[in-house]
Amino acid sequence: MADRRSPVDVVLVGFGWTAALMAQELTEEGLEVLALERGGWRDTGTDFPTTHAPDELRYYWRHDMFLETARETQTFRNNRHQIALPIRRWGSYLPGVGVGGAGVHWNGQTFRFLPSDFVAKTHNEERYGPLPEEMTVQDYGVTYDELEPHFDWFEKICGISGKAGNIRGDIVEGGNPFEGWRSDEYPNPPLEMTFAQHRFEAAANGMGLHPFPAPAANMSRGYTNPLGVQLAPCTYCGFCEKFGCGNFSKSSPQTTIIPVLMKKPNFTVRTHCEVMQVLKDRNGERATGVTYMDAHGKLWEQPAELVILCGYQLSNTRLMMLSGIGEIYNPRTGEGLVGKNYTYQVMSGVDIFYEEEFTNEFIGAGSLGMVVDDYNGDNFDHSGLGFIGGAYIASWTTHQRPIESHPTPEGTPGWGLEWKRAMRKNFLKHTSLSIHGASMAHRENYLDLDPNYTDQWGRPLMRMTFDFTENDRRLSDYITPIAEEIARNMGGREVNVSQFTDDNYDIKPYQTTHNTGGTIMGQTPADSVVNRYLQSWELPNLFIMGAGVFPQNAGYNPTDTVAALTLWSARAIRGQYLRNPGPLVQA
Amino acid sequence: MMRNAIIAASVAILSSGAAVAQEISSSQIERGRYLAIASNCVSCHTDIENDGIPWAGGRELDTPFGVIITPNITFDDETGIGRYTRDDFWRAMHEGIRRDGAQLYPAFPYPYFTRMPRQDVDAIYEYLRTIEPIRSDVVPEAELAAPFQVREAVRGWKLLNFDQGVFEPDLEKSDEWNRGAYLVRGPGHCAACHTEKTLTGGDAAGEDLRGGVLENWHAPNIRGGEHGGIADWSEDDIVDYLGTGRAAHTMAMSRMGEVVEFSTQHLREDDLRAIAVYLKDLDDEERQVEAGPDDDAMRIGAWLYFDNCAACHRSDGGGVDHIFARLDGSNKVNSEDPTTIIRITLEGARAHPTERWPHGLAMPAFSWKLTDEQIADVLNYVRHAWGNNARLIDASEVADLREYLTE
Repeated sequence: MADRRSPVDVVLVGFGWTAALMAQELTEEGLEVLALERGGWRDTGTDFPTTHAPDELRYYWRHDMFLETARETQTFRNNRHQIALPIRRWGSYLPGVGVGGAGVHWNGQTFRFLPSDFVAKTHNEERYGPLPEEMTVQDYGVTYDELEPHFDWFEKICGISGKAGNIRGDIVEGGNPFEGWRSDEYPNPPLEMTFAQHRFEAAANGMGLHPFPAPAANMSRGYTNPLGVQLAPCTYCGFCEKFGCGNFSKSSPQTTIIPVLMKKPNFTVRTHCEVMQVLKDRNGERATGVTYMDAHGKLWEQPAELVILCGYQLSNTRLMMLSGIGEIYNPRTGEGLVGKNYTYQVMSGVDIFYEEEFTNEFIGAGSLGMVVDDYNGDNFDHSGLGFIGGAYIASWTTHQRPIESHPTPEGTPGWGLEWKRAMRKNFLKHTSLSIHGASMAHRENYLDLDPNYTDQWGRPLMRMTFDFTENDRRLSDYITPIAEEIARNMGGREVNVSQFTDDNYDIKPYQTTHNTGGTIMGQTPADSVVNRYLQSWELPNLFIMGAGVFPQNAGYNPTDTVAALTLWSARAIRGQYLRNPGPLVQA
Repeated sequence: MMRNAIIAASVAILSSGAAVAQEISSSQIERGRYLAIASNCVSCHTDIENDGIPWAGGRELDTPFGVIITPNITFDDETGIGRYTRDDFWRAMHEGIRRDGAQLYPAFPYPYFTRMPRQDVDAIYEYLRTIEPIRSDVVPEAELAAPFQVREAVRGWKLLNFDQGVFEPDLEKSDEWNRGAYLVRGPGHCAACHTEKTLTGGDAAGEDLRGGVLENWHAPNIRGGEHGGIADWSEDDIVDYLGTGRAAHTMAMSRMGEVVEFSTQHLREDDLRAIAVYLKDLDDEERQVEAGPDDDAMRIGAWLYFDNCAACHRSDGGGVDHIFARLDGSNKVNSEDPTTIIRITLEGARAHPTERWPHGLAMPAFSWKLTDEQIADVLNYVRHAWGNNARLIDASEVADLREYLTE
């Protein structure tokens, strides 16, 4: 039996980006907010100072910032005719743990989804006719116009470096002409580009494409955000993804919001506290709080008026399943919603090797890049192509770290003298393009509870059933050759193409940590777990943040959209829910 | 925020039209509150390290003569100053004598508070009386070395070091200058840290505000006139620094961070401006040019600097405005006494979060990474790069401080 803690107004499950944003909003409202984080406290000066932040062995190889799989992992299979096995070492994606969550170890690529991405079903069906039945794509229930102020605020909190392409409908030279309208320019100018981006820009322009500097949560100059929190200029050290930034140069909860939160008397975070379950009242009409296990293995009950899930998408979905809220999705019947529409990201890449020119890719930043968006979303005519959605093509120079990165051309042996020679020859003369594709929902891609494997507490692991779909393969087959053509125009000696969709989805090689769906949003309780305000249809005082609410994933990194949805939800709680606690959308 | 509150309070008093006696009393209390902030009473009289109750004392102060535990200064009869009359309080502040007639240790900065006129001291008394009395279990006794374990020995100390008397304005100077001088010399007690002490702990002659060492921190030279430690700070820089904990080129940390947090960030801007005007008028002696390291040592120092320091402090030592300290021209870097820069290099530092700048930007510790020789080399490089000049640091100085910090 769990001992009871004194009740709070709001309990946040997890303490990463969405929790920090939500806590900032709700403490402003005077509410007493408690965040429960299963990992430890982390701040820049103590936990990832410059003196040891760039420790590849510790952070890249030994996964110091990621959830330990011995504690919790997922089981995986490509289709429901297979038996899923547990992931014992993270590969394809890297779930974070600890204060700041994955916001500590991200690259900082901060794109907004396109306006049409939020109405993917309506928009595509209007233009191209009905989607295949097995594509369970749907509209978000919220529009780009509604989210715009929240995108803008988050980008100012972060101090995003970039160049606007569309300010209130006026197309601005040098930015992305395809993007949704912006109320304002980016708070900071773009990062300094390097050799690869200059070549990419020239090649893309030569093909009539529209290159623009990637929006970056790496600071192009010193910046003070609207909360008074300071970020320092990026040094282009190339230790972003998988690492904390020791120079205060990457936006993270720690460098943007937490310093302000920690001074507030009505905010508390308890670390090393893992939430086990969301509790419901006897009638199953309201959440009454959560139970959590502290570091001593003691179980507590934490009553709260509002419960907000702020964990990673995989954690939130599983917590819903373990708490028995909603029905778990069943692909045979199509019934149940929790775990439905698990989507990911369709990635491919093009390597370019130069003979004479030095690319010096060790000078980099997580979001240092030039991008073309001509083939993203519905920015191009899909008639007769047999797929919807698209991808951005980017020339990133994010890192060239010596343990992780050893680019060699196709045909080079994996080890030995030949490999060493190829390494020496190419290490400073390589760059690559990345194709970052949308992932559309499919009836057979989903999450549920595994019947065989359990976590450290003996509770079922979540099972992931996923493979690339016909839409994914066609998308990649169409857009990757365009990237290849850009690459060939960049003047290298050799170009190698690799597409993940050439094979079944493989959980081992890193692709992206953009897992989405499972607690999807929508317009009715029949098609979604949460309404347009991210409020549970079933328990009106339960809200779910994160990319789990995406009905399907767009051709972009999700953080900006996750944050905008969080702020949108927070404002709805502040403006509507607190005045009249109950469903914000009548079913 | 706090400043607005003060303004709002005074406006309310002026326009209230309430009974005259009431007006005087609340304005007197407000005046006392403000002076108590300017005097930073709460910082020493609170056990900050252990989340103690404000004003209830219990903080351990490490003085050159031993450890002193600060007393409770709420008006609790038994454990605080509840039985103090106005006259008792005046004697403590002005003469350094306790209510029972015992001598007070000069860790209580009455050598500076003695400059405050009676009306200001009375105002602080009135303000302290409004604070809820706390019964404290702190025994405010000190563990001091001979001869100071005997309070009467302080009498001898006073003969040597105590110049009793209220502040006398210099009629040649502006009102602003005099206000600044009063705040610096009286309530602000800046010299308590920023002036070198004699063997007996008094302010050393000829060393006024030229920097001093306390608890193994070197409080830098804050003379702002020609050749002074902050000669290159503008008045605006000083106002910015005291008011927000940051100036373009530096930030408050450690003990000065506390001073900003509890005291100067809450002062009125005109008072901060007055302090700046006064400090900018204090000239200093011309410094002699010190010889730099030999070429090899300078080269090694430069390598160390580029590997360990340049990412934040920049290759040209210019830092980043309001974010990372500028080393070129820094009064800490150029100080004769290198205690602070050695210490920061060994154990790191954290900018004190303030209302204006909540982010506690931090520099990491290098004690585990750099040897004593390397730290001496890199600091000697910094002390002779760009426009800097200061005496060479010997590795043994780093070793000594390392040993002290390890204990």
